[in-house]
Amino acid sequence: MNPAYSNLLQHDVPLSWYLLLSAALFSLGVVGFLIKRNLITVFMSIELMLNGVNLSFVAFAHQWHAVKGQIFVFFVMMVAAAEAAVGLAIIIAVFRARATLAVDRIDLMKL
Amino acid sequence: MNGPLLYLPLIPLLPFLGFLLNGLLGRRLPKALVSFIALVAPCASFILVAHIALLVWSGSLALPFYEQGAPSWISVGAVHVDFGSVIDQLSLVMLLIVTGVGFLIHLYSVGYMHDEPGYWRYFAYLNLFLFFMTVLVQAGNILLMFVGWEGVGLASYLLIGFWYHKTSAADAGKKAFIVNRIGDFGFLIGIFLILANFGTLTFSEVAAKLAANPAWTGGILTAIALCLLVGATGKSAQLPLYVWLPDAMEGPTPVSALIHAATMVTAGVYMIARTHFIFDRSPFALTVVAIVGAATAFFAATIGLVQNDIKRVLAYSTVSQLGYMFLGCGVAAYSAAIFHLMTHAFFKALLFLAAGSVIHAMGGEQDMRKMGGLRKHLPITFWTMTAAVFAIGGFFPFAGFFSKDAILYAAFVQSDTGKIFWFVGLVTALLTSLYMFRLWYMTFFGESRSPDAHPHESPWSMRAPLIILGALSVCGGWIGAGRFGAFLAPAVGSRAVEAGSSQLELGLSVLAVAVAALGWYIAHRLYIQHPERPARLAAALPTGYKLLLNKYYVDEIYSYLIVKPVLAFSKFFLEWVVDFAVLTGLAWLLGGIATLIGAILQRWQSGNLRSYAAWLALGAAAILLFFLLPYTLGASGIDLWVRGR
Repeated sequence: MNPAYSNLLQHDVPLSWYLLLSAALFSLGVVGFLIKRNLITVFMSIELMLNGVNLSFVAFAHQWHAVKGQIFVFFVMMVAAAEAAVGLAIIIAVFRARATLAVDRIDLMKL
Repeated sequence: MNGPLLYLPLIPLLPFLGFLLNGLLGRRLPKALVSFIALVAPCASFILVAHIALLVWSGSLALPFYEQGAPSWISVGAVHVDFGSVIDQLSLVMLLIVTGVGFLIHLYSVGYMHDEPGYWRYFAYLNLFLFFMTVLVQAGNILLMFVGWEGVGLASYLLIGFWYHKTSAADAGKKAFIVNRIGDFGFLIGIFLILANFGTLTFSEVAAKLAANPAWTGGILTAIALCLLVGATGKSAQLPLYVWLPDAMEGPTPVSALIHAATMVTAGVYMIARTHFIFDRSPFALTVVAIVGAATAFFAATIGLVQNDIKRVLAYSTVSQLGYMFLGCGVAAYSAAIFHLMTHAFFKALLFLAAGSVIHAMGGEQDMRKMGGLRKHLPITFWTMTAAVFAIGGFFPFAGFFSKDAILYAAFVQSDTGKIFWFVGLVTALLTSLYMFRLWYMTFFGESRSPDAHPHESPWSMRAPLIILGALSVCGGWIGAGRFGAFLAPAVGSRAVEAGSSQLELGLSVLAVAVAALGWYIAHRLYIQHPERPARLAAALPTGYKLLLNKYYVDEIYSYLIVKPVLAFSKFFLEWVVDFAVLTGLAWLLGGIATLIGAILQRWQSGNLRSYAAWLALGAAAILLFFLLPYTLGASGIDLWVRGR
């Protein structure tokens, strides 16, 4: 990594800012998950939460000069991609079966 | 194995194999194959037993023979029970009777049950019976004997209720089973007492312990003997538990012949003879056995006088003859009792089979008042039945003469009380002869009383057993009580043959035959010369006649004293209080609690995704709070939690 950027990160933006941003993103995701009715929006909220966590991973990794955190982020992104594929397929199946995507109306296991 | 190869386990196992084959596959097998399997099994067992008998006769097998290395069954602490067999003179004689007569009756059944839809089921049960009966007889310890004892009870139940769609047959099966339970309860207590006091259940070991301690008499031995007697009265239909046997006549007639006349009901006598070393030490118990036997013999004979159902007459006759055997045991004349058991097996099986032949010929009619004149139509049945009637009546030289005389003589010479038993036995002999000739006359003589019946002689498979048993009924007793007793003496002791002169014995014999002839004469007068007299006699003594006809109202008395109270108790207390109030109430209470909790917990599982997520988030937040918030207080939640403990 370019040492100039490294210094910039290290000295100009404290870790707590990253963590606050990460917490804000995560909380937005949680709130979105809880209050939105549309299943696709709920799904997007999950992505938001994942990315909030990813941000804190990267920030910590940079802070402690540990590459493990960054590697972990790649794993999370990969799982998120797989999850998006499966999740969207489920959403389409649900929509076909119920003709609605309102989460509060999808409350039965059986049709 | 230290002796010659006897294949002892095969004797019971072959019929069991027959039971398995017929019971599992019989429905799909052709009838001829079912009969073949059913006949081969007892025949092979009989050949095995006969082989043993030949070895004994030729002197190459010393009795008693104990099977060495029998597989162990129960081994707890100092108690060891195995599946061992014992072959001594007693079990050998009994095995010969069981498998021999058993085979003949199987053969007879092939003809008798030919048109039966449950043909395979019948033979499966019959083979099962033979399996358990041989287990009972050759068991080397009393627990294994009890297994056979219960098993023959089961087979008896199944066969009495063979025509289970008939309510009376199903009820009779239940009655037999339940009444036998009462007896078996006593038997079990006896077994427990033996185990507690001797520490072993093997016959030979108990006998050896008793022989080593000649001073042991009375006391606990009396208790054991009386408990065993209770068991014997149940299985052998003695007072007061005889009530099931007359009802057991609901079963097919060959079953009555095999199980309820020749073999199973004699198991009680066999058991007493087998445990005679215990009874010998308790004069009181022996007296009780004799009283029970004498009372039953007389009591049942009087009922037999007035019954009209041909099988019921024979049933009461069986009860009465079993009473004789008990009387024999009661005066310690075990060999005489076993001798009578043997001859009785011959002539009573024959009587039942001949009666079955009559019923078969009459198209299912069992009421003797509707028979008559069958002598011309059924010559073989008639002549074999005649042999059996003379045998049971005790006429010289038929089989019953020798054995009955041996018992009466043993009773006479035993003691002063024995003379009372002898007298009761003599009166019973008169009654026996009377009711048997009554049956004989009513069935075979006079004019036919149901003109539309077309009696026909039975097929050869039914006639052959009749003829063989007829021959045995004639000459089965010729071996003589003395020689028979001497043969059995190593197994059951020989008190019967001591004392008394041969002149006394001859006198008693002549007297017994005279009494039997008197019974014949009375029957002849009443049923041939003056056929209207029995009715007049009944009219002259209405109370006595009704008392006898209704079998002393014993069934009614039991019904009011025992059955109805038990039923009422079951109905009011067990069903309504225990079952309905307590158990059902408890079940409802538990169910209600579960439903209530479920109704509350159900709210968590609404199916609403967002509420799940909210709970999840709240839970995660609570855990985070628990771990992180205390940092502001200088300690983590875990520290606080640990300290709190």
